[in-house]
Amino acid sequence: MTWDWSVALDVLPQLLYAFVRYTLVATVLGTALAAVLGLVFAIIRRAHVPVLAPITTAFVEFVRSTPLLVQLFFLFFVLPEFGITLPALTTGVIGLGVHYACYLAEVYRAGIEGVPKGQWEAATALSLPPRLQWQHVILPQAIRNVLPALGNYAISMFKETPFLALITVPEMVQRAQAIGSITFRYLEAFTIAGLIFLVASYPTAIALRKLEMRLGH
Amino acid sequence: MDALSNFGPWLDDVLRGIGITILVTVLGAAGAFVVAFVFGLLVRSHRVGLRFIARVFIEFFRGTSLLVQLFWLFFVLPQFGYILSPIAVGVLAFALNFGAYGAEVVRGAINAVPKAQWEATVALNMTPYERMRRVILPQAVVGMIPPFTNLLIQLLKSTPLVFTITLIDLTAVTDAYRRAEGNTGFIFIVSLVLYFVLAYVLTLGMNALEARAKAAIGQREPRRKLFQPPFSEPVEGELI
Repeated sequence: MTWDWSVALDVLPQLLYAFVRYTLVATVLGTALAAVLGLVFAIIRRAHVPVLAPITTAFVEFVRSTPLLVQLFFLFFVLPEFGITLPALTTGVIGLGVHYACYLAEVYRAGIEGVPKGQWEAATALSLPPRLQWQHVILPQAIRNVLPALGNYAISMFKETPFLALITVPEMVQRAQAIGSITFRYLEAFTIAGLIFLVASYPTAIALRKLEMRLGH
Repeated sequence: MDALSNFGPWLDDVLRGIGITILVTVLGAAGAFVVAFVFGLLVRSHRVGLRFIARVFIEFFRGTSLLVQLFWLFFVLPQFGYILSPIAVGVLAFALNFGAYGAEVVRGAINAVPKAQWEATVALNMTPYERMRRVILPQAVVGMIPPFTNLLIQLLKSTPLVFTITLIDLTAVTDAYRRAEGNTGFIFIVSLVLYFVLAYVLTLGMNALEARAKAAIGQREPRRKLFQPPFSEPVEGELI
């Protein structure tokens, strides 16, 4: 078996299409969901909301310790039993979003704890109501602290999007496998799929490292 | 109750599935450990060539997705005439992928040992091997254990992928049960709880190791810390 450039050039556009149409879409939507939900989890825990706070903690720890793939299967196969039928990609975005929200909850927690105590005291001294304290004093500082970590999680999520193939989302790796099983040219299909991941994630990781240095971590 | 009586005959399969999950986790982790040390040390080498090779290896295996690596080894390698058993493919993929992440941990932890310690070893006229073995590594290992714990949990949570290369692990058994018996919600909850317990046990073990490593360099740990809950952290975030 040798590398065949004509096969490679034939496969590349098909993989890029699947990449843009599914892999990137899942990553962007999943990250957005995780960023919002993670923040909600972190605030619930930090503000010690009765009942909700311990439930959130237990949920976060459980989700963080169990495999994403099994969680995706759970959403994909169990929700329909309750009459909720969602498209595979939506299920995947929810799965990725919730899983990473549980990682991000910890990241936000660290970011919130990193805001100096004097800021809380000043906000209280100005008798700002809790909502405004969070909105105008704490969160703007906390979120700035967590941006690089958030980006790194987005990259991790990006590399885990192939999991969605297993709940029938025709993303890039699924496409590569389909091409391989028809043409028997697994070599080109999987190699190019891997390189696309590398080319997309490596520069992003370097850019994040720069951002991290600039923010002075 | 109905769910439970159906579950009885599956118990053996579930146990065998857990066995495969544990086997892949343990062998994968052992392989990753070796890869991490080899490349973690190479990437600090004084020779530019070695450092370059190690850096390329690390970035390559961190940057291309684990599932792609697994499929590459499973589908492409046989076309070159190298046929590995599915277990070997799984273990190799985990060893390379997590080894690459681990190499960064090893590098970071060694770099974090205070410079004065290095100077002291030079002043004592130790050989390079003695420096590492007796002074630097015992201190560096303490810093490596928490990120290694996170990687280990991450590895455990990635093992369901071996189900795509025909291994019958816990996830595969869960899926088979779902197809045969229905009761989808029940079996997935059971499976998730089992994974949770495995992750918890691994974390406790690693915490005990950390306490021992700390004791070995004269830092005591309160015993209570052993029973703190697990928590897998960032893959990239923490480790860069």
